[in-house]
Amino acid sequence: MNIIVCIKQVPDTQDVKMDPERGTLIREGVKSIVNPFDLYALEEGIRIKERTGKGTVVALTMGPPQAEEALKEAIAMGVDRGILITDKAFAGADTLATSYTLAKAIEKIGSPWVIVCGRQAIDGDTAQVGPELAAWLDVPQITYVSKILEIDEKRIKAERLTDYGYDVVEATVPCVITVNKEINEPRLPSLRGMMKAKRFKPEIWDSSSMDVDRKYIGLEGSPTRVIKIFAPPQKIGGQKHEGTPEELAKIIVKKFEELKII
Amino acid sequence: MPKRELRVIKENCTGCGVCEEVCPYNAIEVINGIAVVRDNCVFCGICVESCAFEALKLYEEKPEERTVPEGYSGVMTYAEVLNGELSRVSLEILSIARELAKRLNTNVTTLLIGHNIEKHAKALINHGADKVIVVDHSELNRFIDEKYAKIFVTAIEQFKPEVVIGGATAVGRALFPRVAALLKTGLTADCTEFDIEKETGLLLQTRPAFGGNIMATIKTEFTRPQMATVRPRVFKPLTPEERDGEIIKLEYEPHKESFVKQVLDVLITEGETVNLEDADIIVSGGRGVGSKENFKVIFDLAKELNAAVGASRAAVDAGWIPYAHQVGQTGKTVSPKIYIACGISGAIQHQVGMRSSDFIIAINKDPEAPIFDIADLGIVGDLFEVIPVLIKEIKKKKGE
Repeated sequence: MNIIVCIKQVPDTQDVKMDPERGTLIREGVKSIVNPFDLYALEEGIRIKERTGKGTVVALTMGPPQAEEALKEAIAMGVDRGILITDKAFAGADTLATSYTLAKAIEKIGSPWVIVCGRQAIDGDTAQVGPELAAWLDVPQITYVSKILEIDEKRIKAERLTDYGYDVVEATVPCVITVNKEINEPRLPSLRGMMKAKRFKPEIWDSSSMDVDRKYIGLEGSPTRVIKIFAPPQKIGGQKHEGTPEELAKIIVKKFEELKII
Repeated sequence: MPKRELRVIKENCTGCGVCEEVCPYNAIEVINGIAVVRDNCVFCGICVESCAFEALKLYEEKPEERTVPEGYSGVMTYAEVLNGELSRVSLEILSIARELAKRLNTNVTTLLIGHNIEKHAKALINHGADKVIVVDHSELNRFIDEKYAKIFVTAIEQFKPEVVIGGATAVGRALFPRVAALLKTGLTADCTEFDIEKETGLLLQTRPAFGGNIMATIKTEFTRPQMATVRPRVFKPLTPEERDGEIIKLEYEPHKESFVKQVLDVLITEGETVNLEDADIIVSGGRGVGSKENFKVIFDLAKELNAAVGASRAAVDAGWIPYAHQVGQTGKTVSPKIYIACGISGAIQHQVGMRSSDFIIAINKDPEAPIFDIADLGIVGDLFEVIPVLIKEIKKKKGE
């Protein structure tokens, strides 16, 4: 039984900005990080193994060769196996092509138990790969999971965050879950983990190592296409006021009246 | 394959590194004084424009004749029912759906799934739907991703809409990708703007990316339908008017599937205070609030304004307030009419979740707090002194 955690290496988006005049991206000193939500996914994958005493935790990522670094972090945290899917043929993949490729890799890994993804990646913010992956694999999905209540070889019971609170959901396994940051506190790598990560070499799979249909991968398999990027309108701060609490409260109330909320 | 290629013209390349700087994907690097393109290049062309030496060129092969599936027309929207009520975003998307339908010279069909929901069909028609497909069954009482997705796919196959849109809510963001993958078509999440491309009639979908630092316009050329989710509160519902429309009932056949899934229990949190995406006003507290007990002042102000309560990551991580309230990069993205940030310094991770609000008020002791850079109204003061007086003033105005 495999606990498969899908992770992504992303640029630290807070550093990515656009030069509104030149229409180009400024990414001076932007570093690559493991998508923050994926750290919760890795932690939960490891915890599932710890609490049940079962399964092998496999970290899976698709990206350029340097995405190996993300797998090293996963190994340092304590996952058992790390697989890097990398190939020029996968370049330009949108969420549909990415989820197809991951699904094919999961088929190759075999006997999936739970597939854990972060809720979304902070570069694209789409939250699409998890549910799309579940659809390709034809397994149930539980999105926005904030707590796993029970899990065994047959089913998983979890709390999912909704727009009004939480649902308690039960599904048979294999199942794809996407996790929120509420679910746990990701551990820091242990010294032993870091040593292991140092020596770690990922298993590298390309398009010939998996049974992929070329029309569903890479650019060709991506129905969506970015045709333009531009800077959002800049927000500029307004006036700053100082004064006694009474004066300040009056300024706010006056604004509330202008905005017709009282 | 590949249909597109980024080539480095070695004679022209000076190894200056500008391309490396501007690439948002880390996909080009100067090695031994020459630019090298990596596998993760998405051919966005940003480096090509930035290169002063014309050393980069994007080659695009003429695509093989790919045909667009025929027979697709009309705009379909998905109406979301939350705890028996139509969600606001379901009405909001009808207004943009009408607009798109007008430009495409077609009509709007809305899909409504749930139990005891037929009563909502008329409201959907009055808000802009020409047809409402109702799928009503006791098994559909709660949102079950897999069952809803199957119904959605059946409805799309039957009615063949060219455009399908829904709200980018917790449900929408679970349902739409599942449906898109089952149909093997394109989906764009969290759109804030739509347009129709004149020459082709394609849907142009604009959305924020990279935490809102960049806007991207996306299209789905060769697959149908073109699917998108829409950020709540971007579009305003139309004023309802008495309209004629057709209600079509679609039979639900319980599926026998290889897997089982059910919703066992529903926990509703503190009424309206947590539904941040739908709120007109949000009062948010941050590190400056100081403790769980102190959050009462935030809730008091929210109650007075009929507002939802938000929080910064610092306040959530300190355990003062549940995660459902968190606004920002690892929490929710909101765009209310008014966002009141109390004791929030305004780290960029917070800003990306709230800067699209119509009007931002910041209350903070520190005049140098970054939140003031984006606040429309900045109040330099102690929230514990200002807010109680503010509540008193509001009560006075309301004549209480």
